[in-house]
Amino acid sequence: MPTHTFKLNGKQISVEAEDNVRLLWVLRDLLGVTGPKYGCALEVCKSCTSHINGKAFNPCSVQVKDIEPADEVTTIEGLPATVGKDLHPMQEAWLKYDVAQCGYCQPGQIMAAVAKVKQARAEGRDITDADLDELRNICRCGTYSRIREAVKAGAEDMGA
Amino acid sequence: MAEHRRSLDRPSDRPADRRGLLGRRKVLGYLIAAPTLAVGVSWLTNESDPRAADAAVPSVPQPADVFDLGDLQNLAAAPTSGLITVQLKSDGTAYFAVPRAEVGQGITTAFAMMVAEELDLPMNKVEIALADARPELLMNQLTGGSNSMRSMYVPVRTAAAIARQRLVETAATHWGVEAGQVTTRKGVLSGPSGRTATYGSLAELAATAKTITVSAELKSPSEFSVLGKPRNRVDAHDIVTGRKQFAMDLNVPGAKPTMVARPPTINGTLRSINNLAALRAMPGITDVVGITHGVAIRGETFGQCIDAIQKVDATWGPGTVDGESDATVLAKLRAAQLPMAAPALPLLTKTIDAEFVFAFASNSPLEPDCAIADVRPDSAEIWSCLKVPIVAQEDIAKQLGLPIDAVKVHVIQGGGSFGRHLFHDVAAEAAEISQKMGKPVKLSWSRTDNFRQGRTHPMSTSRVRVNYLAGNVLTYEQRHTSVETDFGHGLGEMITAFAADIPVGGNLSFAETIFALTQSSPYNFGVTTQLLNEIPLKFNTGSMRNIYSPNVVCAEELVVDQLAAKMGQDPVRFRRNFLKDQRLLAVLNKAAEVGEWGKAMPKGTAQGVGVHSEYRAAVATLVEIDCRPETVNRPVEGEGVTGPRVTKAVIVVDPGFCINPRGLEAQMFGGLQDAIALALTSSLHIKTASRWKAAGTTTSTPGSGTRRWTCRW
Repeated sequence: MPTHTFKLNGKQISVEAEDNVRLLWVLRDLLGVTGPKYGCALEVCKSCTSHINGKAFNPCSVQVKDIEPADEVTTIEGLPATVGKDLHPMQEAWLKYDVAQCGYCQPGQIMAAVAKVKQARAEGRDITDADLDELRNICRCGTYSRIREAVKAGAEDMGA
Repeated sequence: MAEHRRSLDRPSDRPADRRGLLGRRKVLGYLIAAPTLAVGVSWLTNESDPRAADAAVPSVPQPADVFDLGDLQNLAAAPTSGLITVQLKSDGTAYFAVPRAEVGQGITTAFAMMVAEELDLPMNKVEIALADARPELLMNQLTGGSNSMRSMYVPVRTAAAIARQRLVETAATHWGVEAGQVTTRKGVLSGPSGRTATYGSLAELAATAKTITVSAELKSPSEFSVLGKPRNRVDAHDIVTGRKQFAMDLNVPGAKPTMVARPPTINGTLRSINNLAALRAMPGITDVVGITHGVAIRGETFGQCIDAIQKVDATWGPGTVDGESDATVLAKLRAAQLPMAAPALPLLTKTIDAEFVFAFASNSPLEPDCAIADVRPDSAEIWSCLKVPIVAQEDIAKQLGLPIDAVKVHVIQGGGSFGRHLFHDVAAEAAEISQKMGKPVKLSWSRTDNFRQGRTHPMSTSRVRVNYLAGNVLTYEQRHTSVETDFGHGLGEMITAFAADIPVGGNLSFAETIFALTQSSPYNFGVTTQLLNEIPLKFNTGSMRNIYSPNVVCAEELVVDQLAAKMGQDPVRFRRNFLKDQRLLAVLNKAAEVGEWGKAMPKGTAQGVGVHSEYRAAVATLVEIDCRPETVNRPVEGEGVTGPRVTKAVIVVDPGFCINPRGLEAQMFGGLQDAIALALTSSLHIKTASRWKAAGTTTSTPGSGTRRWTCRW
């Protein structure tokens, strides 16, 4: 079986898996990294949202063979370390606004929010309501209004 | 809040207290023989608080006005709640295994608040777990009917209050002082001369060698420092860090990923697998077996199970509703509508006749149905989010041919429920698969199967006929006709067991009884009847964030708007004139005030209002909707659906005493989101044959397979 190596949450790891297995299953079923959730495996619900090289992506729709050794994959578990803290400012904002209900989608929501803020910053601007409209992560409990408040607050605390 | 002086005699000054639900009261319980302090409580029957119908042109109270579904559940729970226990561990934490399921609704937080309040403990010293199936609880382990707070509020507080009192008495004895000289605060006991002791240090000393009856007093609401104050969720930190564990996140040894290839029609059956050897030879696949409703595939990863599902070549038997479609079901519903019974009325009387058709709607949460099962020759262990674990345990034991006590059922927190987890379909299927494979399995349904083969809120029609004359409504008749709702999850058993105590007569079916216990018109509309008829189509149905109200009340409120228009009245004013429920009137007035009812709105936008009362709560919602073309036709990235947009909502709710206002707010927001979705887009449809299609649609392929999946969010 092929061996795949990439950087996961700050550590270079190796894992044996068939080439065509989607990264979500490699993370969850083989590596025991369960923060990214399975909701559809169709890149629709986005509850597995994680980062690859700092940008949001959905591991359910990427084959493990397409991850390069130098690629940095960050899941919710590795998010705090990207800012060298116990919690990322976006996670703090989620706590402050008590966003979650069941919590199933929230790791993906937080990862999507962080990437969206970074994207706006890279374009030299603050996050707007239009940016928030582009977040397509499903929350079946309907926490959207608090998500929007928390993303704005988290964006402020993320600094420039 | 260092001390709580308690008097039985001081009259309560809060309206809620007068209802007898929340006042200071002496409560009974047991100190249970255990290594550390453990308290069990007896059930204290809530006094019923029938609401007076003070109607000017009165409608006779409907059954749900005086005895509703929650009362039925409380009645059913009464004999067994004595077994609810709170334990104090030697590290000073209070542990309570709640016989309910947490699915996002926030009950673990609310229970932690109850324990913290009565025990004078910090919230972080309270540990709430979900109890395994406990057959001895009989019917008091059902999470549904909006009943968890109502049924558990007194027993849980009672246990905590007794524990606190026992700690105080223990410290007093230990120190040789009067109990009245000992106070409690944040998990620490304080006595004269500056003596202190943590709860944990006295947990063993406070234990009893034999079980004895004791009494204590509950705090009065005026003394509350935790209950009634907004609190964040107790699991929030675990959620935002990804540590909260759902069933699929558990690491049960040997339980490998498992999925099921299903037949093309609803509840179709497997006749034969035609390529078994090829499937078993696929990469990562460990086991393939035929089961009742499909081909079960176990492998190293879920992805490889999906790959194998796409290669399944099977011969399928028919399902339960083959050949049905939206059109055939609608025709059957219309044919089954009960007749109206309005008496002959004078010629001047005017009539509104209206019919509303409600589509099937998926109650699937975001977390797909999932369960872990480890079935051995003489025992079984199940892990799943189950709102009625006792029924699951009984059914699974029967299915496996095992005694009930050989089946251990663990209740796992769910990624939503919305009615879905009242049923244990996926747990029973996991057990079937594990037994047939002889191995532990971690079964997840696919997203697609979740709405195709999973439970749905049934399709229904609601016909309403109203006769009105000279500013009065003389009759209001509603005939709700629905595809059969499955109540085979425990509520049905309650009704059978307590039939004699329920104030709805005759030989009503479970469904008719539940309809009668939940539905009642809040208006003075003269002779009022609301009746249910069901058609026996075997779809996989269940409730969805309530049972009948989302449709019955929607139809009623829409007719109320029509009536107001016919009578030339503003919708809010009309409701003010006809509402008989004073609490509804109050929330309506508040919503109208806060939402600036009647303000000038741009063309193409509008305000709307609706009210509802159920489970002893009253709610009014005012929304603003934007139907202008530039909004309706706005471009949306990806495969999203556009349409009208709700731009503002004001929700006013009177829930009675609110245990956690923040949790309530979250629930109301969530309900609003669901309501918007159901009103504007969310639905399931069968275009041809009995296969769900989803309107509006996102079509994509999972993996590189050939099978097309249609799903809709």
